[in-house]
Amino acid sequence: MSSKTPHPPGNETTGPRGHARRRFLAGAGAIAAAGLALLAPVWSGIRVVLDPLRRAGRDPSLVPVARLAALPADGVPRKFRVQADRVDAWNTQRNTPVGAVYLRRTDDSLQAFNVICPHAGCFVNLAPDQSRFVCPCHKSSFDLEGAVDDPSSPSPRDMDTLEVEIRDGDHVWVRFQNFLPGRADKTPVT
Amino acid sequence: MNSLLRWLDDRTGYRAMLRKALVEPIPGGAKWRYVWGSALTFAIAVQFVTGMILWAAYSPNAQGAWESVYYIENVMAGGWMLRGIHHYMAHATMILLVLHLMQVVVAGAYKAPREVNFWFGIVLLHIVLGLSLTGYLLPWDQKGYWATKVATSIASITPVVGPAMQKVLVGGADYGHLTLTRFFALHAGVLPGALIALIAGHVYLFRRHGVTAGQPRDSGHGAKPAGVEGDEQDGPDAHPPRPRDGWFWPDQALRDAVACLAVMAAVLYLVIRTGGAPLGAPADAAEPYAAARPEWYFMFLFQWLKYFPAGTEIIGAIVIPGLVVTLIALMPFAGRWRLGHRFNLGLTGGVLSGVALLTWLAYAQDRADPDFVFAQTNAEADAARAVELAGAGGGIPANGALALLRTDPLTQGPRLFADRCASCHTYDGHDGMGRSLPEPQTAADLKRFASREWLEGLLDPERVATPEYFGGTDFARGRMVRMVQSRIAGFTHEQQEDLAKVIKAVSAQAALPYQAEADEADQAEIMEGTALVSSASAGCTECHEFQGVVEQPLGPTLTGFGSNEWLTAFIRDASHPRFYGDRNDRMPAFGPEEILSDEEIRLLVDWLREDWQAGGEGGGPR
Repeated sequence: MSSKTPHPPGNETTGPRGHARRRFLAGAGAIAAAGLALLAPVWSGIRVVLDPLRRAGRDPSLVPVARLAALPADGVPRKFRVQADRVDAWNTQRNTPVGAVYLRRTDDSLQAFNVICPHAGCFVNLAPDQSRFVCPCHKSSFDLEGAVDDPSSPSPRDMDTLEVEIRDGDHVWVRFQNFLPGRADKTPVT
Repeated sequence: MNSLLRWLDDRTGYRAMLRKALVEPIPGGAKWRYVWGSALTFAIAVQFVTGMILWAAYSPNAQGAWESVYYIENVMAGGWMLRGIHHYMAHATMILLVLHLMQVVVAGAYKAPREVNFWFGIVLLHIVLGLSLTGYLLPWDQKGYWATKVATSIASITPVVGPAMQKVLVGGADYGHLTLTRFFALHAGVLPGALIALIAGHVYLFRRHGVTAGQPRDSGHGAKPAGVEGDEQDGPDAHPPRPRDGWFWPDQALRDAVACLAVMAAVLYLVIRTGGAPLGAPADAAEPYAAARPEWYFMFLFQWLKYFPAGTEIIGAIVIPGLVVTLIALMPFAGRWRLGHRFNLGLTGGVLSGVALLTWLAYAQDRADPDFVFAQTNAEADAARAVELAGAGGGIPANGALALLRTDPLTQGPRLFADRCASCHTYDGHDGMGRSLPEPQTAADLKRFASREWLEGLLDPERVATPEYFGGTDFARGRMVRMVQSRIAGFTHEQQEDLAKVIKAVSAQAALPYQAEADEADQAEIMEGTALVSSASAGCTECHEFQGVVEQPLGPTLTGFGSNEWLTAFIRDASHPRFYGDRNDRMPAFGPEEILSDEEIRLLVDWLREDWQAGGEGGGPR
């Protein structure tokens, strides 16, 4: 600063203590007024940004996924698209794809797995030789029962099984849900 | 904490910067009249914050723009207030800018060495106008859509490059997805970026020149990160503070902050008073919108264009505004002449008065124009209905909310009635849309057709031959009218009671949704009435077929009278033997002659039967 620059404020000599108090009050007043002026936009902005926390997720009721006839009882998992009604923010979509499942049928059992890897959310593949599930991202691997089959697999839990039901003897219904990835327990996304 | 801040200061020098930003001497002391620049900067900052959050919820595409704005406005918590602040703060910005400009002109702050900064201000004004123009389209409602069409059409009359310019701006031959993505890129990217750069330059130059001594200062203060270099106090107007001089911090800052608070209070008052920013019905290229008007600060241009006959629009829209802006930009040079400052004051005053006069004329003419008032009333009804339908059970389909309005009997019925039916019929005495008819009606009034009240009027000897029923038709001299006037007029009390039952029975045939409760409650009387209609004593079946019984079918069948099926078939072809046969007066065969499509007939029938989707709870938390 040049020599013409004035002394910094507060050093003036008109009653130093009263002046300092006045300065403090003015500064505090300025900050309070500015804060108050920003209150409404910041508050409504925060509410809008956090609005998704107030919205419920998709209703996880049972939806029809496949005909039993399309599912041989050979223990080989087969992939099916899951379609359901869903509210996507402002749109209401009927019978729209919401995910996919592997259905696996043996002579005495029927299993449904969500295709999403519990590790980091990738789409798990069936190995080419159909002997196990392999995740293409970080190589989590699961046996055909959905259990982690390799101690070095990064997945913290087995593949997520879904509630499955046969109706009218021929239709496979699944309660399709997603679960939080990256944790040992199976917690539904809501 | 202190050592951490010391470390940060050592690496960044932020303390010196802050000092430079805040320790600015104000010659003559802090003044209330210096607050305008800061208030303007504050308004723009609020636009950035609110705009960024709106951005996180907005979808710029033709089937998602209105829908996402609807969602922000009516579903998201706090959304209406956020959008309301953004909307009214845009108005406040415009007012503050003009006040700021007036202050600069009055103070002569455009003179040397501040010419460049004055030009920065002029460009800033145009950027803010551009932001308003582009922002107006983004909700993709009828108002924004049609008003912006005017703006882009004006762009197309630019010589040589006009048509290409319009196509580039609009992103194609017609308004659509690309119009929105482009306008959004301008509104949220290009223009705000330019605005920041110019404000930085504006503040830098202001700091370089200092406050116009003894005059209102001409720009915002505050801890601007950029543009505070070169803040040496060696400008011609920089003085070391005399005892009465003040400092920006905290004296002026307090006044500035109070001014910002006042601006926000005014904006919030408007937001709460009006319930937030308006949202019209979804944009529809096929739906006329006579209430299309730009925002109030463009209304003077809107009015101005009315005075230029075909072929001369270019003079009004481009040449004269261009000349005026050039004259304003040349003020610093005009100001050098002896009378220059007075000339500039006169120019500013003249332009502002002209703008004010044109704006007033525009609103005065609209207010006095019944067509405009009518269009505006309808636009408000459509907007409310669109929101109601979007919030109703079915939600908004993937192809957008417009589909909801196009298939809504309550919205389309009155329009179809006014276009196709009101040349003969009335609806509650008007044309369906609430307008009175230029000529007396020649066919029946169809409000609540086939309801009990409607039938009571038809079977009333006093009313049957009035224009409300058969008065205007050939049937005024027909057997039905004669029957009502001779036989019913002489009914005994007992016969009157039977007539009431007959009316209830015939009306029940219509299964009207709004009469469902009454029909349910009066089942016993309806049973008796139904038996009476078919009995020979009542005489109905002398001419009208009812449940297979008829002597000589001359009038319309009473089986299912007024029901969805009956009314659809009747509108399709009233000359069908079921109805009037060859005794039909002038009712066109709307179906076979393809005057109305099946969908249009459905909309009309549902509207006449008041069979439409009730509102949901999505009406908003107002």
